[in-house]
This record gives sequence, C-alpha cells and structure tokens, in this order.
Amino acid sequence: MAKQMIDQGLVEADISGARVRRVFGHQRQTAGEVAFKAAAAVVLFLLALTFLYPFWFTIILSFSGFNDALTLGLHIWPSEWNLEAYEFVFTENVIAVAYFNSIFRTAVGGALTVVVTLMVAYPLSKKNLPGRTGITIYILITMFFSGGLIPTYLLIRSLGLLDRFIVLFLPVLAIGFYILIVRNFLMTVDIAYEESALIDGANYLEILFRVIMPLAKPVLAVIFLWAAVFHWNAWFDWLIYMKSNSKIVLQMILRRLLIKERELLEQVIEFGDPGDFTNQQRLPPEALKAATTLITIGPIILLYPFLQRYFIKGIFVGSLKG
Amino acid sequence: MRASTVDIQIRDNLRRERWSRVRRMRLLYLSMLPALLLLFVFNYVPIYGIVIAFKNFQASRGILGSPWNNFENFEVLFGSFQFQRVMRNTVIISVQRIVFGFPAPILLALIINEFANSWWKKGIQSITYLPHFISWVVMAGILVEILSPQRGIIGYLYTVLGQDAPLLLTNRSVFRPILIATDVWKEVGWGSVIYLAAISSIDPTMYDVARIDGAGRVRQATAITLPSLLPVITILFILRLSGILNAGFDQIFNLYNELVYEVADIIDTYMYRVGILSQEFEFATAAGLFKNVVGVALIVLVNAVIRRFSDHGIW
Repeated sequence: MAKQMIDQGLVEADISGARVRRVFGHQRQTAGEVAFKAAAAVVLFLLALTFLYPFWFTIILSFSGFNDALTLGLHIWPSEWNLEAYEFVFTENVIAVAYFNSIFRTAVGGALTVVVTLMVAYPLSKKNLPGRTGITIYILITMFFSGGLIPTYLLIRSLGLLDRFIVLFLPVLAIGFYILIVRNFLMTVDIAYEESALIDGANYLEILFRVIMPLAKPVLAVIFLWAAVFHWNAWFDWLIYMKSNSKIVLQMILRRLLIKERELLEQVIEFGDPGDFTNQQRLPPEALKAATTLITIGPIILLYPFLQRYFIKGIFVGSLKG
Repeated sequence: MRASTVDIQIRDNLRRERWSRVRRMRLLYLSMLPALLLLFVFNYVPIYGIVIAFKNFQASRGILGSPWNNFENFEVLFGSFQFQRVMRNTVIISVQRIVFGFPAPILLALIINEFANSWWKKGIQSITYLPHFISWVVMAGILVEILSPQRGIIGYLYTVLGQDAPLLLTNRSVFRPILIATDVWKEVGWGSVIYLAAISSIDPTMYDVARIDGAGRVRQATAITLPSLLPVITILFILRLSGILNAGFDQIFNLYNELVYEVADIIDTYMYRVGILSQEFEFATAAGLFKNVVGVALIVLVNAVIRRFSDHGIW
C-alpha cells in the first residue's frame, strides 16, 4: 500500500515537477521561491527599520543634553538621560495652553462634525423625501468645485471671524464626502425600526437621535476619527486665520520651532557660524523640539493600535454603494 | 377634454400629497439646515469670490464694487518670471511623485502579500501605515534633525565615509529627491492598504491552477495579481493625474527655504506668499482658478483616454 503511493508519487514526479509539489503538499517550495521570500522578508525588515528609526531618534534626541544633541552619530542611546526638555515642556505655560486647545479642538470638532453630518445624512437617506435629489446634487457640487484659498480667506475676514476659535470649526463641519458616506450607510438600515417608532408617536428628531444614531454607530465612529485626526493635525487654518497665543494649537508650536530653526539656518549660511548662540541656554533647542514633537504625536501613536481597524474600515465604507 | 381634467386632478392630488409630505417631514428639513447653510456660506460664497480673478480688487470697494479688468491678471501672471518657475516646479515635482510614488504601494502590497497572515506581517503593515497619520509639520521637524549636519544620521554616514557633512535642505540639487523620497516613504504604507484589500478578493483557485502549471511566485504576481488589480490601479491613476498641480503643499511649505525656491516653489506656496503674505488677492485667486480648471480638465481628459483603450474609468 505504502509502496504503491510512493510509486504513484514517483510517476507523477516524472510527469511534471509542479505536480510533485501538488501531490506532496503545498508547503514544499523550490529553492528559487525560498530565496525570493527571503529577499522579500529582508526588504520588509529594512523598510520597517526606516519607519521606526526616525521615531526612536526623536525619542533619544528629546532626552539629550548638549553633548549628544550636537554630536554626529546614530543616536541609538544617549550618553546620559537628560530630562530638562520634559521639565520645560511640562511646566511651560504656552505648551499647556496649546495642549488644551488641541484636545478641545479635536474633541469638539470631531463631535460637531458627527452631529451635523448625521443630521443632514438621515433625511437624505429617506427615498420619499421631496427634493432629495436636488439637495444631494447641491452637496455633490461642493465636492468638485471650491473657491480656493483667497476667496475663502476674504470671506472669513469679512465675516469678522479672524482670530476667533470658531473659525477652526465652521468651514469644516459639513463635508460632502462624509455626508454621502453616512447617507449611503443609512440607506441600508432597516426602516422597520423607524416606522414602529413613528407609530408610537415619536417625531423625526427623536427617531434620529434615539433610533438611528445607535444603529449608525460603526459609520459615525469612522467619521469621528477622520475628523478628529484632521483637527489634531491641522495647522494651516490656524496660520492664516488666527494670531492670539492664547488660542494656539500644538501643531503651530511645532511650526514656529521649525521656522525659528530655518531662520537660524539661513543666518548661518548668510553670516557664517552662529558661534555660541545655542550654548547660552541650558537646554538644547533640538531636545525641546523633539520633546514637543513627541507629546504632539504621542496621543496618535498610543491610540493608533486600537483605532487602526476603524481607519482601514473607513477606506471601504466609502466604496460600499455608489 | 375629460381625460385632461382627470390629469389635472391627478396632478393636483400629487402636488397636494407632496406638500403634505413636506409638512409631515418638516423636522427633517430643519435637521438638514445647519449643514446646508454651512455649505452655502463656506463653499458656495467663495466660488462667487473667484470673480476677483477678473477684477482689479480693492478691499475698500469690496468684491462687487471693484472694477473689472478682464484677463489682465492672468496676462500679468502668466508673463511673470516667478509664475513660470512655479509652474515648472509644480509639474516636475508632481510627475516625479507619480513616477516613484504611484508604483511604490503596489510593489509593497505585492511584497507583503507574499507572507501568510502572521503577527509580524500585521506588525509591518501597522508600522508602514503610521506616518500617514502624522502631519507634515511634525515630519518636517523630524526630517530636519535627521538630515542635520550636526547630529543627523545622514551627516554621520558622510563623515564615516570621510567627507564633510553637507547641508542638505538648502541644497538645490538634492532638495527635490528628498521631497520625493520622504513623500513616498510617508504614504507608501497607507497607499498599499487598498491594493492589499483588492488582492485578498482575488479567487484563490487561480493561484492553485497557476501553481499546478508550474508558475513561480513572481510569475503568479505578474500573471494573476497585477492584472486583477488593473481596475483599481486605473481609477487611482486617474485620480492621481487629476491632482498633478497639487505638488504637496504641506510638505514643501514646511521643508523649503529661500535658498531652494528655485527648485521647490510650487503654485500653492506661491499662492500663499502672494495672496496671504503680500495681500495681492487677485493674482493669487487667478493662480488658484487656473489650477482648479486644469485639474478638472485633466480628470475629464484622462478618463476619456482611458475609456477609449480599456473598460475601466471612473465614469
């Protein structure tokens, strides 16, 4: 019996090499395939290193004193752990204010976007709503045409919204793309729930918040995250519309540190070595910048493993239904 | 005669029924109001503001009161040395971004796909997505340090080779390659997500059959995976081309400096400096309008060309 099977295997081996792999199982691979896979693994590993190193480098830099910060090297480990950058960052008032503002902006911006989006998407998901097509086209147009930077800036200036925190929310609360995604999701929701609620005497707004909102949680979570990431990372709107330091956000602090460095660099090139400029301070500016960078991306990196699947899901909710 | 009165009656009834529905659903209209108003104010009103591209804009007289000057703004703009430089940079940087940045996620997806689902494959994927969620302000800050001749790893490598560590971000000949490389690096992982999803929906029996016929991994990738991805690739390519005048404002704005304007100044950075900093609103608006028109024209054109030669396309 066993001999017969081996014989058969040998016969098949004679027919074709590929067939042998088939007969003796999937795992067997040719030398070429193994080499290919090994090469792919090496490529991926190196790639992963290029992704991890910059963050590690930043962590090390944030703990560096002058000796380390001004030395060329791989910066895998500091010669001494220096906490001054963090002492500064955690006691500096501007950074505390910026942190609060960034969190406020992210939380409120995300929540308001979800509410506004749901409130417009729900009526649009009802096929018997008079005027539905017209309103949908009205929203679609905003996805393809925009006034651009200057007309928007002039409008906001003439509305008297410059340097008011609300300008960071208003223009980005209603986003056509988000609205259509939520609308498409709600169109797949069973309307039986809603009809029974109507019969029970609930009005449409009650239905929206008590019945529809819980049902739409998966898609609303995606919208919240997109809006939240946008608000956490946003800086350009602050740059052009705002100026009060009491309203600054974290990204703008980093932007200012970056600009300061650039100006210094341009000075160096124009006027030569800045000499002991940096040594007059106790804290290397690089360490300060690195520490600020880390507290800025910290929340994203810490929450990322838990939220990642929502982001990925988000790519596909958009393409569910045209 | 009889029939038409019936028709009118039916139409009246329909209209009455429609109005009663509107009245019944009035709360729904109320609920849509905030979003529709916001879209009107912040999307439609600025579209009207584009007219200042055709005007000699005077802030004191407003958009409506400023005198028309027809295409004068565009003539001045297109004739200016700066705008020509800006256009050239925008197209060059954008094309380089597409040449290197477009195939990269496809390649990465193919490589990642070579490995069965395991914790480390998921780990690699997570790590490569991460930079997508970090702003260019932050990334530029990190890059400046890495490329710094005083502490960065690149400078260190130069000294290991016995050379002086150069200033890279102020060097015209390497600034563009740095832009392209770091942009590909930041977006390649996230870009591969959609391709990996498309790959996972390919019928696995096709691979079994190919294997029986003796196809190796590379052959399977080129003969099965790539052709199956073609529709997705086409759509993403059209979208990418339509953004050819978007050369990456966030990245360049946070990395460039006066010393590299020659090779790095693009339409958007120019619009910011001319419009917001110098307050020459009409020129910046004209540049913005030009950019939008080219974008819309390109998406229509590329889609038409692709429709001619294949079945894919976005409409």
